[in-house]
Amino acid sequence: MKQVKVLGSGCTKCQKTAELIERIAAEQGVEVSVSKETDAQTFLQYGVMSTPAVVIDEELKHSGSIPHTDQVKAWLS
Amino acid sequence: MFEVFTRFADWLAYEVMSLSPASKVGDAVHFFIEDVSKIYVLLLVMIYLIALLRASLNVERVRNYLAGKNRAAGYVLGSGFGAITPFCSCSSIPVFLGFTSAGIPVGITMSFLLTSPLINEVAVLLLMSLLGWKFTLLYIVVGMTVGILGGAFLDAIKAERWLQSFAQKALAAGQNAQLPEQQDTETLSMAERHRFAKDETLDIFSRVWKWVIIGVGLGAALHGFVPDGWIEQYLGDGQWWTVPAAVVLGIPLYSNATGVIPVMESLIQNGLPIGTTLAFCMSTVAASFPEFILLKQVMQWRLLATVFVMLLLSFTLVGWLFNGFSSFL
Repeated sequence: MKQVKVLGSGCTKCQKTAELIERIAAEQGVEVSVSKETDAQTFLQYGVMSTPAVVIDEELKHSGSIPHTDQVKAWLS
Repeated sequence: MFEVFTRFADWLAYEVMSLSPASKVGDAVHFFIEDVSKIYVLLLVMIYLIALLRASLNVERVRNYLAGKNRAAGYVLGSGFGAITPFCSCSSIPVFLGFTSAGIPVGITMSFLLTSPLINEVAVLLLMSLLGWKFTLLYIVVGMTVGILGGAFLDAIKAERWLQSFAQKALAAGQNAQLPEQQDTETLSMAERHRFAKDETLDIFSRVWKWVIIGVGLGAALHGFVPDGWIEQYLGDGQWWTVPAAVVLGIPLYSNATGVIPVMESLIQNGLPIGTTLAFCMSTVAASFPEFILLKQVMQWRLLATVFVMLLLSFTLVGWLFNGFSSFL
């Protein structure tokens, strides 16, 4: 199971990012656990400067925008 | 160049909706249609073009550039980048921490963060189209000056003492660390730029379209329903107390620059002095409680309160200065 963290201050974009990842994971039949991280120290830990950011299995994949569908598909496959 | 929007509003308000140009409702509706259509077209075209140009500029690059700059240059550059770098206010905490952990002084970071809501491409565009280039230039100069002096002041009082302790540690670690050599060779293809610009246009437009309606709606209401000369008669002399009153009034009103600029246009046309208008609008845009509460994560109350009071005082000063000098403008 992939551990997905969506980092952000709880704005609508972070919400949408988390939903997008859950939806695509369900479509592809990949098991994921998506959590939302809003704590400032977590941003520092991953060196994230723009949100929403996506961390999958402790690796920073993306930051600064809602990812595109094809990007998410590539991360999950 | 903008007459096409006047003619469109003539047609829609007076012919299709058959309102009388002489009536107050007709006047307000015409103003509303003309401004909203003009602003929407300008926003869509210009955000796309600007986004194409700045597709490769992001907060990470700005940080790498600002790290290790001397103070004086740092405030000016911090404020300048704050004006042109795209970033959403919900990112202010990670940006603050990112800059801080690279050892950039708090004042330079705050120059960036204070200028950012005041000046951005949407604000500049609206000012140009509604209030002309002279006023736009003035607004940019004032906004950057507030950011630059504000940042310098925070460093002068050693504001880093009042950061939350983990942010203080990050700052200290960043200042002692040797900066890694930056490889800045990333280049974007035209297709990537187009993709970024398209996303950016849709993103910004989806955030600001309703602010345009609210702002222009308020402006139109002022335009059509406040009796001609009322504002000018009671507030037109720039009485000293009107400026702090405008600043205080702007605090609970929470808007971004997009919503407030159409209101500025209407206030100025109705005879409100330029300094009072600027003070009111800057206070509405930059001094908002929701964003200050967010900063609590990295700052102690004492620093938050200091920044807040500093902003209110500087907007009041801006108002007084411009009311005092408006006869020379």
